[in-house]
Amino acid sequence: MSKKNLTRRGVLKTGAAGVGAAGLATPTLFTGAVWADGHTGFTNAPEGDTVTLGFNVPQSGPYADEGADELRAYELAVEHLNGGGDGGMIPTFSSKTLEGNGILGKKVEYVTGDTQTKSDAARASAKSMIEKDGAIMITGGSSSGVAVAVQALCQEAGVIFMAGLTHSNDTTGKDRKANGFRHFFNSYMSGAALAPVLANAYGKDRKAYHLTADYNWGYTTEEAVVQATEAMGWETVNAVKTPLTQTDFSSYVAPVLQTDADILVLNHYGGNMINSLTSAVQFGLRDKVANGKNFEIVVPLYSRLMARGAGANVKGIFGSTNWHWSLTDAGSKAFVQSFGTKYGFPPSQAAHTTYVQTLLYADAVNRAGSFNPCAVAEALEDFEFDGLGNGKTLYRGADHQCFKDVLVVKGKENPTSEFDLLEVVEVTPVDQVTYDPDHPQMGGAEATLGSCNVGA
Amino acid sequence: MLGLNAKDAGLFLLVTIMVILAPLILNPFPEGSELAQFNAGYPDLMQRFVIFGIFAIGFNILFGLTGYLSFGHAAFLGVGSYAAIWMMKLLTLNVIPAIIMAVIFAGLFALLVGFVSLRRSGIYFSILTLAFAQMSYALAYSVLTPLTGGETGLQIKSTDSPLLSNLANGEIGRANLFGLEMGSSFEWGVGNWLFTFNAGYYIAGIVMLMAFYMSIRIFRSPFGMMLRAVKSNQQRMNYTGLNSKPYTLAAFVISGMYAGLAGGLLVAMDTQVGPERMFWTASGEVVLMSILGGVGTLIGPVLGAGMIKYMENIISKINDNILHQWFAFLPDGMEDFVVFLIHPFIGKGWHLTLGLVFMAVVIFLPGGLVEGGQRIGRLFRRKKRDGAVGDAAKTPAE
Repeated sequence: MSKKNLTRRGVLKTGAAGVGAAGLATPTLFTGAVWADGHTGFTNAPEGDTVTLGFNVPQSGPYADEGADELRAYELAVEHLNGGGDGGMIPTFSSKTLEGNGILGKKVEYVTGDTQTKSDAARASAKSMIEKDGAIMITGGSSSGVAVAVQALCQEAGVIFMAGLTHSNDTTGKDRKANGFRHFFNSYMSGAALAPVLANAYGKDRKAYHLTADYNWGYTTEEAVVQATEAMGWETVNAVKTPLTQTDFSSYVAPVLQTDADILVLNHYGGNMINSLTSAVQFGLRDKVANGKNFEIVVPLYSRLMARGAGANVKGIFGSTNWHWSLTDAGSKAFVQSFGTKYGFPPSQAAHTTYVQTLLYADAVNRAGSFNPCAVAEALEDFEFDGLGNGKTLYRGADHQCFKDVLVVKGKENPTSEFDLLEVVEVTPVDQVTYDPDHPQMGGAEATLGSCNVGA
Repeated sequence: MLGLNAKDAGLFLLVTIMVILAPLILNPFPEGSELAQFNAGYPDLMQRFVIFGIFAIGFNILFGLTGYLSFGHAAFLGVGSYAAIWMMKLLTLNVIPAIIMAVIFAGLFALLVGFVSLRRSGIYFSILTLAFAQMSYALAYSVLTPLTGGETGLQIKSTDSPLLSNLANGEIGRANLFGLEMGSSFEWGVGNWLFTFNAGYYIAGIVMLMAFYMSIRIFRSPFGMMLRAVKSNQQRMNYTGLNSKPYTLAAFVISGMYAGLAGGLLVAMDTQVGPERMFWTASGEVVLMSILGGVGTLIGPVLGAGMIKYMENIISKINDNILHQWFAFLPDGMEDFVVFLIHPFIGKGWHLTLGLVFMAVVIFLPGGLVEGGQRIGRLFRRKKRDGAVGDAAKTPAE
């Protein structure tokens, strides 16, 4: 008897009977209603009256702040799913299957792990959740490398992966997987949303100079912004890669002054962006006049945590973000209210996306009537929803990427608190940021999801 | 037996038995009990125990015998991993060619690095190896992205079709040994216990035993004696007209090949590579493993590797929620207080716990965990002698 990845708990409780459902070997033939019978035959099929989710976030390393906020959101989501607290975004969510009685009537439990922002550690942690704790779904990650690595692992093991904060095109581009789903937006969307706003604010005959963090996310962001702005008529003077570990950017900023560029684009995230922006401001770039125009700086991906780090330097600088707590739709308000009551400060975009992902997963299981990953994937594919803070949203079936409006934000001139640092200047409608699943930036025609895997 | 003296043969036998019975020994607590949190007998962690055991055994051949402290050993692990995954992507999903390639490439790279670094000794040698490792890391992270996949690393994809395997279109290949998949397991439930016997683990375990045997032979050989001589006084050796460099270089390359073997096995068990595998903290980790277990001893590095991987994977997963469950029997105020006290040492605080354990070992057991074992062994022996019982040939841990 050789079988792999069977849940330990399941085997104990049901003995050999748990292995039964060999009939699900060719799952693509089945549709919705059939899944309702399929409560066995996949990795970690939940037995008893609880179900375990795995929250795999960076608790140490460069993205520990984001990780801590993600974990808070996960705990809040579990509380709401189990009927505790004020329910958060459950009442505003357009799908009404969540009733505060867990998922499919099973109480939600969770395990946590530390990814250390390293793909090896993240995979080890996710594997222990799957092999030891019997987790049926893994979610989290605060960097694209980790997200891609864990997504591939979940595909192999036959569980669902709900990506957390990962912005690189690759996650749902060339590295997309049938068992993986992303709610967060991506580099392409940032470029497409920013370009028109920039063209309006700064004119169409600008010359841009890019500084790009020398790793995967940096490349895709640079590519996206260059293509989107060049389509608007901008010219790219130069694009320079900077090492990820760089903390002093003066040697990269100084050469900008020697060129005839009049825009500096910083494809940096986290501490990188804080340092490079500070350096650029210290060199007086923002007071400079080039080609008869004011010199401007752009930061494609913004987060509140970064804005806080960079302080007054972010004032008036454009960027894009997935969600911001100052939004006034019912969903966002309910979430900010609920998060604020529990923790005493507003949630970040990382917290928002992970909270939403947990709810979306729970709802998809309820609608499918089964925890079977293929059934859940089918329920999520081409699912349209509303009321989760981003307006009308589509989970596209072709690449498992969410399509929704993108926020273009600007550093606030007169912040009223340490959280009130960004203001939304424009909500770019979803049509403007939609692309074909086989777009060249997304891995072209070669990229495929493969088929969903149930493991066991 | 096998050209080993009685003491070494006993040790080897003990390690063999431990490797075979690990799935039982590491799962002492029944499923569902609160202590099940401390069970380590699941495939991924057991694989890591033996693989990092190999890594540490190899490191110990260099550091334990010659005293040369390399701070860049993770680079060889990484090179081995990249070589192995490319073999799997291009040639065959069978793990054997991948592991062989990993050893060869790591050996070649070690030859290059060793040739340059061994021109210096002491702290300069350490810094040189560290520099090489960080260079490799930086190259893999960005410059060599087409070859290494950059930050995202490399995985086997549905679009890969290795030359010697016939995968259905769109099927994602899995590492195997002549058809036996690394992930396949046999599960055995007894009462409330569940034991997992994983194919990949046993393959890695067999390789580890071979590596361990090799290391015993090296320790006991004239070559090993020469390396020990380098450690005790290299200058005197040179003055006697003996060129010690070929010996140290050979030790360096062997040790690099062990690291490559570990890297290849890591890929065989879990088909992905990322550049952080070569980061300097990974090099530092193997130094910690050796010191924690006992430098220059045979079994020490394996124990140290097990200890660190256990902490990393088990302690880091305990969260406040679990603590509250454990201490639920205490009155409310007390419960919160106890959880508050323990909180800094669990979850992300596992580094802190490891640090404290490391300090305790270095201060109280300078010889590492092995010395702890020996002290306990002596304690028992003395008692037995007191009781006028013959000295049973208990195998001391080297």
